[in-house]
Amino acid sequence: MSGLRLESGGQIDRKRWLSFTFDGKAYSGFAGDTLASALLANGVRIVGRSFKYHRPRGVWSSWVDDPNAIMTVRLGDRELPNVSAATTLLEDGMELRAVNAWPNARYDVKGGLDLFHRFLGAGFYYKTFIWPDWHLFEPAIRKMAGLGPVNADVYDDYVSDQLNASCDTLVVGGGPAGLVAARTAAERGEAVWLVEDHASLGGSAAMLGHIDGTDHAAWVQAQEQAIEVADGRILKQTTAYGIYDHAMVGLLEKRGFAQPPRRYRLRAGRIIMATGALDRPITFGNNDLPGIMSLQGAADFMARYGVLPARKMIVMANNAAADQACAVLDQAGADLRHFAPSKTMSGFGSRGVEGVSIDGYKRTANAVLVSGGLTPLVHLWRHAGGKLDWCETRQAFLPGYGPKNMQAIGAANGTFEVDKAIAEGTAAGKGLSFERPSTSYTLTPLWPQPGSKGRQWIDFQHDVTLKDVEVAARENYVSVEHLKRYTTLGMAADQGKTANMAGLAAMATIQGRPIPEVGTTTFRPPFVPVPIEAFHGHHGKQLWHPVKRLPLEAEHRVMNGALREYGGWLRPGWYGNDDAELHIQAEALLARQTVALFDGSSLGKIAVMGPDAEAFVNFVYYNTIKTLKPGEMRYGLMLTERGIVKDDGVIARLGPDHFLISCSSSHTDSVRTHLEAWRQDGNDPDRIFIHDETQSWATLTVTGPRARDVVASLGLPLDIGAAALPHMTFQETQWNDHPLRIARVSFTGDLSFEISVPARQAPALWAVLHPSIKDHGGGLLGIEALSILRAEKGYIMIGKDTDGETMPHDLGFTVPRAKKTAAYLGDRSLHTAVANAPGRKQLVGLKVADGGAMIPTGAHIVLPGKSSSQGYVTSSYDSPYLGHPIALAIVTDGARRHGEAVEAWHDNRRLPVTICAPCVFDPTGEKLHA
Amino acid sequence: MQVFPCPFCGPRNETEFHFAAEAGKVRPDTTQQIGDADWATYLHAQRNEKGTVREVWMHMTCAELFILERDSVTMDVLGSTALRKDAT
Amino acid sequence: MGAYSAWSVFREGLRGGTGWKQAWRTPTPKKHYDVVIIGGGGHGLATAYYLTKNHNITNVAVIEKGWLGGGNTGRNTTVIRSNYFYPESAALYDLSVRLYEGLSRDLNYNVMFSQRGIALLGHSEHDMEILTRQYNAMRLNGIDAELLSAKQVQERAPILNFSENARHPIHGAVNQPRAGTGRHDAVAWGFARAADRAGVDIIQNCEVQDFIMEGGRCIGVATSKGDIKAGVVGAAVAGHSSVLAAKAGYDLPITSYCLQAFVSEPLKPILDTVVTSPAFGTYVSQSDKGGLVIGGGLDRVPSYGQRGNMPVQETVLAGLVEMMPALAKVKLLRHWGGIVDVTPDSSPIIGPSGVDGIFVNCGWGTGGFKAIPAGGYLLAHLLATGEHHEISKPFDRSRFETGRLVDESAASGIPH
Repeated sequence: MSGLRLESGGQIDRKRWLSFTFDGKAYSGFAGDTLASALLANGVRIVGRSFKYHRPRGVWSSWVDDPNAIMTVRLGDRELPNVSAATTLLEDGMELRAVNAWPNARYDVKGGLDLFHRFLGAGFYYKTFIWPDWHLFEPAIRKMAGLGPVNADVYDDYVSDQLNASCDTLVVGGGPAGLVAARTAAERGEAVWLVEDHASLGGSAAMLGHIDGTDHAAWVQAQEQAIEVADGRILKQTTAYGIYDHAMVGLLEKRGFAQPPRRYRLRAGRIIMATGALDRPITFGNNDLPGIMSLQGAADFMARYGVLPARKMIVMANNAAADQACAVLDQAGADLRHFAPSKTMSGFGSRGVEGVSIDGYKRTANAVLVSGGLTPLVHLWRHAGGKLDWCETRQAFLPGYGPKNMQAIGAANGTFEVDKAIAEGTAAGKGLSFERPSTSYTLTPLWPQPGSKGRQWIDFQHDVTLKDVEVAARENYVSVEHLKRYTTLGMAADQGKTANMAGLAAMATIQGRPIPEVGTTTFRPPFVPVPIEAFHGHHGKQLWHPVKRLPLEAEHRVMNGALREYGGWLRPGWYGNDDAELHIQAEALLARQTVALFDGSSLGKIAVMGPDAEAFVNFVYYNTIKTLKPGEMRYGLMLTERGIVKDDGVIARLGPDHFLISCSSSHTDSVRTHLEAWRQDGNDPDRIFIHDETQSWATLTVTGPRARDVVASLGLPLDIGAAALPHMTFQETQWNDHPLRIARVSFTGDLSFEISVPARQAPALWAVLHPSIKDHGGGLLGIEALSILRAEKGYIMIGKDTDGETMPHDLGFTVPRAKKTAAYLGDRSLHTAVANAPGRKQLVGLKVADGGAMIPTGAHIVLPGKSSSQGYVTSSYDSPYLGHPIALAIVTDGARRHGEAVEAWHDNRRLPVTICAPCVFDPTGEKLHA
Repeated sequence: MQVFPCPFCGPRNETEFHFAAEAGKVRPDTTQQIGDADWATYLHAQRNEKGTVREVWMHMTCAELFILERDSVTMDVLGSTALRKDAT
Repeated sequence: MGAYSAWSVFREGLRGGTGWKQAWRTPTPKKHYDVVIIGGGGHGLATAYYLTKNHNITNVAVIEKGWLGGGNTGRNTTVIRSNYFYPESAALYDLSVRLYEGLSRDLNYNVMFSQRGIALLGHSEHDMEILTRQYNAMRLNGIDAELLSAKQVQERAPILNFSENARHPIHGAVNQPRAGTGRHDAVAWGFARAADRAGVDIIQNCEVQDFIMEGGRCIGVATSKGDIKAGVVGAAVAGHSSVLAAKAGYDLPITSYCLQAFVSEPLKPILDTVVTSPAFGTYVSQSDKGGLVIGGGLDRVPSYGQRGNMPVQETVLAGLVEMMPALAKVKLLRHWGGIVDVTPDSSPIIGPSGVDGIFVNCGWGTGGFKAIPAGGYLLAHLLATGEHHEISKPFDRSRFETGRLVDESAASGIPH
């Protein structure tokens, strides 16, 4: 191993070697390493390139605040883009590739871009490429942008678990304060969850020798055990990425590289935020050189992974918290040279830092560790709507007034001393409120110095320098949001965890305003980048919007039913494997010639019952229903309050107080909701009851001239003759010891019987009717062929032959509008200016010239030679029975234009057509009433 | 994920609910003359208040409508009552 | 001299950017303006700009509660398109697209209008029939359009899900080649800078607290920076339109919802067009910076809470994974929400507010960004002349009484 890995120390397993490659070179690390710690341990200094100037980038820090070490990582067949090296655990066999660099991070051909940096500053893109046109420049710019590539591979087993959970108390962060809070709360009997994003608990404890007089590791272990004994739940490698309305917390639990994280939707009674604090960079010349690192990050690398960035290091810090970090490094044998940060200092080195020149003296070192002060991690506080207060002493934003169910403790609360943090943890664990204690933490404010020399980086990944902030200020992009958006400061993968404070402090200094007056940008979730799969989960593919299924699906499959989705149901479009159009035409023809069997089980069946049922149904339908007698059925249109046709259906009156509404298959859910809404709003809900029986009944339709013969084969104990069972009537009886309802209702225009039985009886019914159909020379009828038959008859399908402007009188149903005296839904809207105005689109049929081709559905109707749309073709078929194409359309003033020659316009071609009545089959209704 | 209290089923995730309308709108008696403006007000007017709102929601799984009072900025739920109590 | 060009960038590069001028001033409000525009978002700023450009009215103030461009202008998914069904909508939105096409040169500010097309996917034969209807309508409206087969869709966006077990198989698409995306902030900044240069006072961090009325007419506004008198007032405040209406005493049929948007980490180019799928409830494009910009439907709950909510995140992002399964491994970088103003027909309201002296531009719902130049152009026309431009007439609020709504989803089944 490299000299930078110490023989002992850290939490890695030195017995388990892991091999990996970076940019093609082989290295090794230990179990427990992150990619970043392993690279550091191997002495890899340049781990990537910056976004804009392709400047070499080294590891900046050890955790979520590292903006630099972003990799494409492959393990086996799995390759993931833009992996954060600092937060990803190393696995054996990983292949790492730096992003945004070619051929590799060390020798990137685009590194030369940096020479032009002075021309590429803030606002560059807004100010140029205006002439002649952005389009000429954009393709090349797009190619240069982006971090890593994403491959097109689909990993079928890359599926995220989604879990719902709840707890009394959620503690976010397993450092000393969080551990004590979780333990205290758990020991009080609360159901506690403690989440910690590292693989092990302890947080900053690893940097402390002793806590409460106990060795830090033993102390952490004792807390962990106590929490578990008290039935607290501990989730490691789990990040709280966001807090949403009503204290819903999003948690992500990592499960190794190959799998996406598991996501919890956790509802927490209260939330204790113990998320810690991050060290800030110091802004000085060339502060982006590889080898310049966060001091706290370096100490963390030592404490957790036994890695030193280098032996000989310069430390520049402005705050009291630095002492502890230095102690960790000292004990590890690092050769630390301390210098006070100065306004004129500047890093030097060619491919990485070789030292810092301070006040004119060159100080050499292999790494430079900087600490600009601690910034509490308050993201979750802001997600939950908490306010922030500026603390002059700490030079940081601290949690201020917050949600009543949330407390911040420890470093996240600005309490950086471990004993005080533990005291806060105890108080919060008990559910007590407490004042933030005074602090011994001190620092010398050290913010960017505008006007100083050299290139001083503020956002390492996005290459935003102090000069960019100065330009933004000069151009009056002074709002902190303008600053961010204009310069892209804080918009990199770390979302400003390193850059934001320096950026807004620079703006404050330039403008001579206090920092809190400049304010912060919005802390937007997620706290860390989250694989999109984590929002997806197992409800994919066929489980995404699952289809509804027919009781007779198996029977349809046996008959080679081409099962397709129609209105949310899986239904047979036609029967047969090969040429669909051939089958559809044959089915339609056979149905007209002899008889056909159609599965109508998906049709809605909603019962409306009770003493007020009659008035209610009369109210929700356009047509008058109250005159309907038991045993009769009536076609009806259901309108919205805007007078628009929402659904059509057939209403059967089963008894004085009992109606059955048969609505469109795809509208059943919305009709049921619609009925419920009106039942409860404005009616007495104790006198009307609504029950959706759709799934309880199966319906088979026998249609065609020989339909009666087929139905006779059921041997029903009733007369099914035209006189006893005329069109639009029904009868209830028993069949096979189960109820059966037989209705004379037709959607084909031919003699039809709809036979409904309890869903479990459907196979038995099929077993009789299907052979009988065959015996009578008939066949099966899929939806596609049915659509032809109903179009021949001029029967509409709502949503296909109507649109969101269609009113009933546009379809020829004019009587209720003129005469119905009772109130009904949508009534008043049928008398607005627009409802009465000429120019409404009305349902018509279309004829083509003899031998003419079918008109494409979706063609528009135009006057000959004109190009202004007068409506459109809604249904169009070749009619095998009539021997010519037929079509339905909705056309401006169509009802009074029958016989007029117009054109169907499609794709810049025109077909001559003649407007006609919608019904072209059995216009007198002889077959229907047979 | 907000939690709404169905007066019949108790607290449930917002995904089980459907926003129906602002509360307090009464359907005019359409057997009487109603001016275009009044009908348009009934159809389309919205108070759309910023702050406390009273709304009609449906709990889809039990199909009951109820009145929900909540804050449209903070999303705090202030209470819910069954609609039928108001209707009778 | 402050014009932007390759030369000015070069010159400023040599002298460290010290010569760049303010993009806009920070003026103290005057006592009186000919026109006061409430709302310093895209629509408000564009209104000011077109007042100066088309009507030579320069004594104009734009009053913004926060920072300019900070509302929905800075929170959207940057799609620009005019693939509409009704001639009224097509005229409105294509005016916008045409203005966008010349906007960078017009404003001397690169708004990066990237015309990479928008493909609206069809997932069944029924969808394709509706899309054919839409396609023909667009052509008859004079809008560029292509009807794409499944194979053509695959050629343009191979990352889409063409596998056999896709829940919603792709049957084809309607594409509008001239549609695309823009750089949203740049649109606000470009209009602000151009308006400022023409003399408009843009007053940020200034909240309108009340309207000053005289004889039933609005003659100015009371603000956190004092009273400002106005010859006429324009309001373009999107999701907060109802709040303003309540102060002034006019009604708007608007419901405010949160609309969320999402952006991924930056990736090398993977998607060269905007793809929309109603069935998957999601749409996506890739920005010039490389991030996937993702959007979907409204939140379920009417709200003024300008933040995301979990159920819609799941719906939209899960839909994206179903639509483009290879993107499951891409990481979401951030998500946010804006407050959108939704009307009963999802079309905007442009015209007199109902209170004398106030004109409104609102109700753009989920699609305000693409309409910014047209919204500004038409409101400027109203403020300058007191009369509707021919294109804004159908969008007057009177349509809710006549019933003459402009409901795109009525004919196309495709939401705005």
